Amino acid sequence: MIRYVIRRLMGAALVVWAVSVVTFLIFQLGPALSHKSPVYYYINKTPPSGLQLKLLEHRFGFDLPWYEQYWHFLSGILFGQTITDGVSTPIPCPAPCLGYSFRLNTSVDTLIGQAAPVSFSLAAGAAILWLFGGVLVGTISALRPGSIFDRIGMSLALMAVSLPIFFTGPILLLVFEYQLKWLPNVSYVGITQDPLQWLKSMILPWIALAFLFAALYARLTRANMMETMSEDYIRTARAKGLPRRTVVVKHGLRAALTPIVTIFGIDVGTLIGTTVITETVFNLRGLGYLSIQSIRQQDLPIILGVTIVAALAIVLANLIVDILYAVVDPRVSYS
Amino acid sequence: MTAEPIEVRQEPAVRPEAFLSVRDLRVHFPTADGVVKSVDGLSFDVDRGQILGIVGESGSGKSVTSQAILGLHKGSKAQVTGQIWLDGQDLVAASEAQMRGLRGEEMAMIFQDPLSSLHPFYTIGSQLLEAYRVHNKVSKRDARKRCIEMLERVGIPNPDKRFDDYPHQFSGGMRQRAMIAMALVCDPKLLIADEPTTALDVTVQAQILELMKDLQREFNSAIILITHDLGVVAETCDSVVVMYGGQCVEQGSVDDIFYRPEMPYAWGLLASMPRMDRTRQTRLTPIPGQPPSLIQVPKGCVFNPRCRFSDRVPDRACFSEHPDLVDTAPGHRVRCHLPPEQRRQIFQSEIVPAL
Repeated sequence: MIRYVIRRLMGAALVVWAVSVVTFLIFQLGPALSHKSPVYYYINKTPPSGLQLKLLEHRFGFDLPWYEQYWHFLSGILFGQTITDGVSTPIPCPAPCLGYSFRLNTSVDTLIGQAAPVSFSLAAGAAILWLFGGVLVGTISALRPGSIFDRIGMSLALMAVSLPIFFTGPILLLVFEYQLKWLPNVSYVGITQDPLQWLKSMILPWIALAFLFAALYARLTRANMMETMSEDYIRTARAKGLPRRTVVVKHGLRAALTPIVTIFGIDVGTLIGTTVITETVFNLRGLGYLSIQSIRQQDLPIILGVTIVAALAIVLANLIVDILYAVVDPRVSYS
Repeated sequence: MTAEPIEVRQEPAVRPEAFLSVRDLRVHFPTADGVVKSVDGLSFDVDRGQILGIVGESGSGKSVTSQAILGLHKGSKAQVTGQIWLDGQDLVAASEAQMRGLRGEEMAMIFQDPLSSLHPFYTIGSQLLEAYRVHNKVSKRDARKRCIEMLERVGIPNPDKRFDDYPHQFSGGMRQRAMIAMALVCDPKLLIADEPTTALDVTVQAQILELMKDLQREFNSAIILITHDLGVVAETCDSVVVMYGGQCVEQGSVDDIFYRPEMPYAWGLLASMPRMDRTRQTRLTPIPGQPPSLIQVPKGCVFNPRCRFSDRVPDRACFSEHPDLVDTAPGHRVRCHLPPEQRRQIFQSEIVPAL
């Protein structure tokens, strides 16, 4: 088991490293293809010209070959670095230093450090809601296919998958914030500062995001559960004289949920960096919002940093799912 | 559903002394294409200490019958009518809660494919424990002891170690032994074995059958053995029900079915069975044609499309009139339009030489 985990960890590290190389190279391509100096993307939108530009490029190492620049970037993440233009006071950037945004005059770490908790709150809360909601609706539907509950549940699910968040989000805001005034003027507060305020600020975004995913999970659970309930081992469980609840939950749901756990991990991991629309609708300053802002500003260090953090989240979620899967399903061997 | 002509049936009355008595059992499944009559008017008795074989092709209603006895159709769309009396209790009328109390405790079932019938995520031991503890309120330690004894009794070596193994770590034969241990752990009085040896190789088959016979003698239980393998029937059963198209076409003692069969379908089954005691003749004789559709059951005798002898019955009765299951000798009942004397004569002159 330990060896299995270690091997998976090493694999995950390799993937993250590969992502960092690929993103770094792609971001090298940008300046090269637009025939603009990297200074334009990294430091100043109106860079000086002529000799001064060359000087600036030299100071920041843009004249080095790409692999040396990459090493500089990687060693910054691993060991930290000092940001300096050779004129102003050098700014220390401890590991993991993802870079420095000269436009915002802030380190990328700080920006991500502010945005990440918002994204985690959003993804985690919504995930809990949709997992329980979706699995519950899907299971009840599967046990009584064709019943009124099943029909209403599945129609709602179809509706929910078809409605985009930029539609359901504003409607939620309109009803609960502006009409009923239940949640007036809440803005995000860290959970450690004021848990109640945090909950108030997150509840609508959770519902909007969970509504969409719960629908997918309800349909998935229903399909899986219906298949599982027709398995031979369910018949065996009934033939043993087990109560229906035991048959459904212990024998049916346990088996039906296993593939859902896999998808769940990946979904949550993916969501951490990609809830742009939800964050925009509800004015949350999460990673999605940060990446959109930096793309608009063409602020490459931030985009690079956010991409790597988002990739890290997906890889970690995958890793956790793989390890969980081996625990859940005894047929998966560790070797 | 179209109206059907009313059939005159003389079902023998329920034998009160029989341990299990099935009378005019019908299991119909309504589907979009019509009503599937999986079992249509089946009657038989099983006493304690007796093994009844139910033989027939795939889709003849064998497994559906066994699941009806266990009440596994309750809660589904299947319509189960008729009577099933187990030890004085009517199982067709019983509620799901009553049936749950009986399943595992009074009657248990062994299924065909032990790998898919055992839950892949739980150890053999925990599945056995679960079966025992649902009917016996005992401590976990006592239950574990009992389950390990049971595993040992069915011939699993090192049962205390294998107890914590998962089904996929067992071989096919060991899995079926574990299934049998699970079925017998509460000492049920009726055991239904649904093709228990079909998924196993031949040497293991013999061991499993031997084991079932031993256990039956030991616990004096009644066994229903469902199979399509006549060899298994000949070796183990006391009496036999031959099913075709959801109906019983012939029933009697093992000797009746093997030495004095009278229904052309039973002849066909015998003729298609390989025999080691005869010189290897040209070929086995298969029964021509396909099993009937259970939605559009042939008019008249269900077997008529495949019967070689239907032209010997006058007025094409085989194609217009449904034959009744009639006593031809004490305990031997046949559903066929051919007169009994003619059937016996055909069997002796045309069937026996070809066997």
